[in-house]
Amino acid sequence: MSAAQDPHRDRPLDESGDGTAGADGDGPWEEPAGLRGLLPLLRPGGWRGQLAVGLLCLLLGFAVVVQVRSFDRDTTFATARQDELVGVLSDLGQRSERLRGDIRELEDTKAELERDAEGGTALKEARERATAYGLLAGTLPAEGPGIEMVINDPGGGVRAVDLLDALQELRDAGAEVVQINDVRAGVDTYFIDTGRGIVCDERVLTAPYRFLAIGDPHTMTTALNIPGGLVKTVQGAGATVLINPRAKVTVGAVRSP
Amino acid sequence: MIALIGLLIGVALGLLLQPDVPIWLQPYLPIAIVAALDAMFGGLRARLEGVFDEKVFVVSFVGNTVIAALIVLLGDQLGVGSQLSTGVVVVLGIRIFANVAGIRRKLFGA
Repeated sequence: MSAAQDPHRDRPLDESGDGTAGADGDGPWEEPAGLRGLLPLLRPGGWRGQLAVGLLCLLLGFAVVVQVRSFDRDTTFATARQDELVGVLSDLGQRSERLRGDIRELEDTKAELERDAEGGTALKEARERATAYGLLAGTLPAEGPGIEMVINDPGGGVRAVDLLDALQELRDAGAEVVQINDVRAGVDTYFIDTGRGIVCDERVLTAPYRFLAIGDPHTMTTALNIPGGLVKTVQGAGATVLINPRAKVTVGAVRSP
Repeated sequence: MIALIGLLIGVALGLLLQPDVPIWLQPYLPIAIVAALDAMFGGLRARLEGVFDEKVFVVSFVGNTVIAALIVLLGDQLGVGSQLSTGVVVVLGIRIFANVAGIRRKLFGA
């Protein structure tokens, strides 16, 4: 078989470009056959060769369809890198572990409720839930491990936005109950700069600002102290920050329901 | 004619059987398909130009797919699998365009 017959070698690659290349092409000019030119292709030729070609085409069609279908099925993780996949996997593992714990707790509760005819357990459950919601809403006093943070601001450089940052940072770090001076923080707590000082929930806050937060002391201390975080910002404004982790913080201020 | 029927049967088989691509074949199948497409367009063009030969077609089809898969395998071993795959696809794409250009010129003279 000569190289001239190879379908890929008989012409150089220079025809791959735009359509105009063909008009003044290097090959002999022939009358274009139009779509009719395709018809002779359908005539059967030598049997064995045709059969081999047909088989290969069958293989190609099969492979294309299989590949397209398999690619359609999962594109989410096919392109992810290995460390991403590991992260996803460990996330899922943790979540299923947590959910399994939830299932156990709920099944315990269900069993207790079924055993308990008088409704004592149901009442206890309801009271516990009311307490939890009361703590979150700020209508109940609370007590627990946490931190006390005092921001001394002799120069008056601390703005309302700094206190808001402090509150958000504490919430992000898992603080469940927060009190600023004598104001209990709730879902709609706000801070405004006014002529009299910083107003929080209609009460004027005066320096030093004292935050009491109940939650994991270590997490909250770390969160406040991260480089470029709240402590650095407030110190940049001329204030000093003191953070004391405490085994027992008592939050006495409440919000009216 | 038989080629066209074979292609149709292959597509139908793929749709009916819906087989899974084996894991070991997954990196190589797409490249092999592009190589096979190149061979097919080359064959079509050779046919239109009257120089088609079944033996050349079969050899180039099988050779192209095997070499494309081997290059990807080599790339995987060397740690440049994705780049080499891209390179192979680009080269094969250029060839497919060249072949289609030849077909187009034969059929439409443009």
